Amino acid sequence: MTEWEAVIGLEVHCELRTATKLFCGCRNAFGDEPNTNVCPVCLGLPGSLPVLNAAAVEYAMRIGTALLCEIRPSVFHRKNYFYPDMPKDYQISQYDEPINVDGWLELPDGFRVRVVRAHLEEDTGKTSHMGGGGRIHDAAHALVDYNRAGVPLVEIVSAPDIRSAAQARAYAAELRAILVATGASDGRMEEGSMRVDANVSVRRVGDPGFGTRCEVKNLNSLRSLGRAIEYEIERQIALLEAGDTVLQQTRHWDEGKGQTVALRSKEEAFDYRYFPEPDLVPLAPDAAWQQRVAAALGPMPAERRRRIGTLFGDGAAEGARADQIATVTEQGLDGLVLAATDAGVDPGLALARTANEAAADAERARELSPDAYVALLKMEQAGALSSTQTKAVLAELLAEGGEPADIAKRKGFEALESDSLAGVVAEVVAACPDEWSRYAGGEDKLAQFFIGQVMKATQGKANGKAVVEELRRLRG
Amino acid sequence: MTTGAAGAWAGASAIATEVRSGGRSAASVVEEHLAAIAVLDGELHAFLTVLADQARADAAAVDAAVAAGEDPGPLAGVPVALKDNLCTRGVPTTCSSRILEHWRPPYDATVVGRLRAAGAVVVGKTNLDEFAMGSSTENSAFGPTRNPYDLARVPGGSSGGSAVAVAAGLAALALGSDTGGSIRQPASFCGVVGMKPTYGTVSRYGLVAFASSLDQIGPFARSVADAALLHDVVAGHDPMDSTSLDRPAPATAAAAAGEGVEGLRIGLLAEFVEDVDPSVAGAVRAGAEALAAAGASVEEVSVPQLHFGLPAYYLIAPAEASSNLARYDGVRYGLRVDAPDVEAMNRATREAGFGPEVKRRIMLGTYALSAGYYDAYYGQAQKVRTLIIAAFDDAYRRFDALIGATAPSTAFPIGAKVDDPLQMYLSDVCTIPSNLAGHPAMSVPFGADAGGLPIGVQVLAPALGEATMLRVAGALEVAAPALAAPALAAPGAGATR
Repeated sequence: MTEWEAVIGLEVHCELRTATKLFCGCRNAFGDEPNTNVCPVCLGLPGSLPVLNAAAVEYAMRIGTALLCEIRPSVFHRKNYFYPDMPKDYQISQYDEPINVDGWLELPDGFRVRVVRAHLEEDTGKTSHMGGGGRIHDAAHALVDYNRAGVPLVEIVSAPDIRSAAQARAYAAELRAILVATGASDGRMEEGSMRVDANVSVRRVGDPGFGTRCEVKNLNSLRSLGRAIEYEIERQIALLEAGDTVLQQTRHWDEGKGQTVALRSKEEAFDYRYFPEPDLVPLAPDAAWQQRVAAALGPMPAERRRRIGTLFGDGAAEGARADQIATVTEQGLDGLVLAATDAGVDPGLALARTANEAAADAERARELSPDAYVALLKMEQAGALSSTQTKAVLAELLAEGGEPADIAKRKGFEALESDSLAGVVAEVVAACPDEWSRYAGGEDKLAQFFIGQVMKATQGKANGKAVVEELRRLRG
Repeated sequence: MTTGAAGAWAGASAIATEVRSGGRSAASVVEEHLAAIAVLDGELHAFLTVLADQARADAAAVDAAVAAGEDPGPLAGVPVALKDNLCTRGVPTTCSSRILEHWRPPYDATVVGRLRAAGAVVVGKTNLDEFAMGSSTENSAFGPTRNPYDLARVPGGSSGGSAVAVAAGLAALALGSDTGGSIRQPASFCGVVGMKPTYGTVSRYGLVAFASSLDQIGPFARSVADAALLHDVVAGHDPMDSTSLDRPAPATAAAAAGEGVEGLRIGLLAEFVEDVDPSVAGAVRAGAEALAAAGASVEEVSVPQLHFGLPAYYLIAPAEASSNLARYDGVRYGLRVDAPDVEAMNRATREAGFGPEVKRRIMLGTYALSAGYYDAYYGQAQKVRTLIIAAFDDAYRRFDALIGATAPSTAFPIGAKVDDPLQMYLSDVCTIPSNLAGHPAMSVPFGADAGGLPIGVQVLAPALGEATMLRVAGALEVAAPALAAPALAAPGAGATR
């Protein structure tokens, strides 16, 4: 019997970072007091009409361009179904004529996932079930917040090209990096600004057809996405191996239980009765607009990773280093690495500090002055600051701003002059004759012991590298 | 019948001229109209809400502006009635439906803002068929409106209240909405002028939607010139309506002021003469002769594709309505009938809140859009729509305007068609094609049948052909046989009609 193979396609909803909603002038903001960013249009009051936000169209075009899609004339449709958090009881979306079609996305390992479409639509409001422990069926009543109703979304639909949970995570991570790079999204899965649904089926390797698929919802992190897909693949394989069939269903990922649970079957699926939205006119961005969007778009993550990778020469950007490169790119900090290496900082040092320390506070690091950052790394490289000191200065630089040299001075991090360092090392050597004789006899690992002793004697002001150099000089 | 001042019967242009010049106070105009409403509307039931206090305050503001040497605008002090599907801030806007019985919009429709900016005084909100679905104003949850020419007959619909308000002198002007003839057919039944402008010339923002691709707001008036005056005030681009034409609306009042029809090529639509009551056909032919006598060339033309208008309309309009009316679910505003869960609450609310005709159309439209039926019904109807536009385009290569009947009959008795929806739908057979095409069309009174019931002649024109249409309408108005005043009308009616 041949092996099983998973067939996965992802639908990603991305909230656009426009100032206002898709069809009205209400603020598009997360976390405001409920029902404060609303008006007759986004509440769907009788008589109100939608007017399309050009900024949302522009973001959709940026996404389409970044995903190498064809941007086409498009039409809005109404997707009709009753739901309390949907004010008009229809969603304005794009159906058979979406704005972006036929693109692709390349994963860091070079694998390409086709993008079928990336279309514009409006978000719904948010329902909170009150009482009964928050479970829908036990709730005493529900409250609806319409602040999110009408927020612009782009839904990006992949082809069923993905074959594993790991690949699905890589796709979602790469897509998130692209969305952030376009400026269209902040990519925050935990705040719901990027939401992923997974269509999962399994088949025998070599089968040309597809198995029956299930759509898994409520995937609020990359971790949930991976776990849910793994669970779903195992569940379907177990069913098929037991001689059962997979039912076409929409399933809900229960993070706590680590299981997917059936929500509704194909028979219970809504008939959305799509028809062209008569309150809007067709959308046809002209060539000049498309060219302006393409020209304004900066390099995408793949290209940016490649630029950093070339700092290390062919084949050098693998393993842990590849992870560091991915981190700085995804966090939008690759510019800091390049600024440092352009100024002569060692690429390894620049990448390590940026991926480990700067990325830990990425939001502030993105605001950091590259000049200050470069100056700090040069101080470390020149031995003026130890790595510990550098990290302390960077933390303050991120929190308060300022000049690295001033911060270092204020903290008393003036490195010891080499003369006085030599004196301290000599004292320590004299005080520890046994260790010294072993070091002198070739036990290099005892250098760490001496560094520790020197640090103790200097309250951490010594530079470890300089200590080793002095020890070597003494050993002769 | 009183003598003396024209009173509540004066035309809008005359009122505005007098008020602007300080010759009459807006307050006195409003009081006369409120008095007429108080006396007559108990029987006519044209109004669902009379805004006496607000109207008096608005009139006082107009008078104050005049006293301060300012010009309140082209409709200074003119009493206007609004169909109750036009949103008015803080004032009930019911659409004649239980489901919106107590709803007060937090905003004004664009047309309402433009009326106020022009100095008009809104006297009240008028009755209609629920959500504008009907041809007799009998489908109102709040009772029917009666025809002032014969209280046992319907005023037409769905804008029956607005037509009656103007016909009986309860308002000088009124706004209605026309989705398949809802302005023109009641205008015809009530002996007033009613006009549906080109789709996109008047903003729909604040018009509660029935069928979005067909709905258009338009004027009722007792003269062609007054209809043009009101249209000019409310027309024009509105950034709040994406389907509003982004160009200045051409002023039409001048065209209506009697440019004549000399040299115009006018087609007499065979389809709109052949299958109508003989009295109506006679009036249309007489109108055609009058236009020829006034210097137009008139020729009969057949556009057989117009026969497909009615079936196409009864797929497209209900389909859009089924979606537009989904929002009345009891969650946010309007009626809510409580139930154990939200789906049951939706069902109970809609069951109790909608009348039978609205339910019929929601079901029809839901079916027409359903998976597997879309192409056969909605898709096919849209193709018919394209066919009708092409047929009109073909006719307009040879003609500047077309004329025909507005409705196949004069006003029918209350109750005559309520149990036969198809017969009711046929009332709109002559008006529907212009909605499908998005073209302008209007009804002009042209005599009466043997029973004294008014007859309307319809004038149709190509998109943005309002000026030509109004020239033809003006010529018909001049040539029309005298029409007796309604049996039930404001004082002074007989003096000026």
